Amino acid sequence: MTTTVRRTPLWDAHRQLGAKLIDFGGWDMPVSYPAGTIKEHKAVREALGLFDVSHMGECFLRGPGARAAAGKLATNAVESAPVGKAVYTLLCRPSGGVVDDCIFYKKSDDEFFVVVNASNTAKDLEWFREHGASSTCDVVDVSDQTALIAVQGPKAVGVVDALADGMLADLPSFSFAETPVAGVACLCARTGYTGEDGFELACSPADAPELWAALMEAATPLGGLPIGLGARDTLRLESKLPLYGNDLDDDHTPLEAGLGWAVKLDREFLGAPALRAQKERGLARQLVGFKLDETQRAIARHGYAVKDAGEVVGTVTSGGPGICVGGAIGLAYVPSRLAAPGTQLRIDCRGKDATATVVSGKFYKRAKS
Amino acid sequence: MSTFPADLRFTHDHEWVRPQSQTWRVGITQFAVDQLGDITLVELPKEGDEVTKGQRFGTIESVKSVSDLYAPVSGKVVAVNAQLKDSPEDVNGEPYGKGWMVDLEPNDSGELEELMTADAYSKHVAAQ
Repeated sequence: MTTTVRRTPLWDAHRQLGAKLIDFGGWDMPVSYPAGTIKEHKAVREALGLFDVSHMGECFLRGPGARAAAGKLATNAVESAPVGKAVYTLLCRPSGGVVDDCIFYKKSDDEFFVVVNASNTAKDLEWFREHGASSTCDVVDVSDQTALIAVQGPKAVGVVDALADGMLADLPSFSFAETPVAGVACLCARTGYTGEDGFELACSPADAPELWAALMEAATPLGGLPIGLGARDTLRLESKLPLYGNDLDDDHTPLEAGLGWAVKLDREFLGAPALRAQKERGLARQLVGFKLDETQRAIARHGYAVKDAGEVVGTVTSGGPGICVGGAIGLAYVPSRLAAPGTQLRIDCRGKDATATVVSGKFYKRAKS
Repeated sequence: MSTFPADLRFTHDHEWVRPQSQTWRVGITQFAVDQLGDITLVELPKEGDEVTKGQRFGTIESVKSVSDLYAPVSGKVVAVNAQLKDSPEDVNGEPYGKGWMVDLEPNDSGELEELMTADAYSKHVAAQ
């Protein structure tokens, strides 16, 4: 068997921009551009950034049974959302463990567009086919027919709206509209993975280079930069957005991950009984945000142990520098008795015990405009 | 193939050594910098510390990863680049200049000949 590293329709553009490309889940993706991760991160916080996220998976649930299928698969109430809304949800196993996190876009009761994590595309499609598909609901994989560009940052809305003849500025958060951007037919969603305002634009792969070029041309004079996966990770961490494979997995439930707001237990869906029971029992462990104490010259990274009285009691799931908030930040699963904000944690940073403090909420919150 | 300054010597772990009158200045190479990406923290030994050839004597944290620094020779740390505490990005900007890390007084300066020349290091990097 030969493994081929896949390329998005924007691969040539990344090369021309001087991107450093890495194998990310079988895709040859930009991890950074010549500006580097720190400058890219700051550009998104201060101006705007463009992300090629075409590696993500997309599918449709279509047919008279689509509404019921969506409701069965999703922990959040995607089925009863108004048409035109984008809803963040988890997909859970009967055990309550997480298959993936994703966004359902409700086009009608008969049609939902779903965007899933790149690394989980094959698994999710199989999950949808096994638990969602029926004689009245087709599961249609359109991953290869869909390119996805995220435009994020305080100046993102202005840039995209100007290229869309003013059709998008008033679109509410977590809503979507189908309208051309720079002459390219797009599904435009007011969503993102950075903690900033902005859009995610889905279009055909053939049109993606043209759309990317138009966005780059408009963004560059405003301080906009193309953004690699490195800054995508530091941005989402600062905004405390979970990453599947790090902070979410089969072994932890959405309730433990602090995503109870995306779990509507007054409905029946895969995993609902287990999650109701867990809620009833109370949580034994929780995902918390932490900041290493100022004096610690270290970064606590994915996989490092959280210790209490010499025993390993938890694990860091994500960690890195807080590029805009300062210091070293991270997420960790800890016993609930250590989860209250202000609690001191000890984290084994490569043999050195570093002290950290549990912090509540997002590390970074954008100013409301 | 990348080129590296001809007046330096190199280790397999991507450190460079610049022989000065009594001491060796040590830093990391452009190749290492390119691999690491933006550097956010450099942990170095203290002046007067003894280091052992091939043993870990410092840590570099970049945005994405953590890596160790290995002593290119046994000896004593006689100077540390204190600027890196506040400006670790100097390592990205000028790995052979402002981004230097320590000056070592080698126990055996003859060991310099055991380190790679720029040409040999270029081949070592190309093979990675």
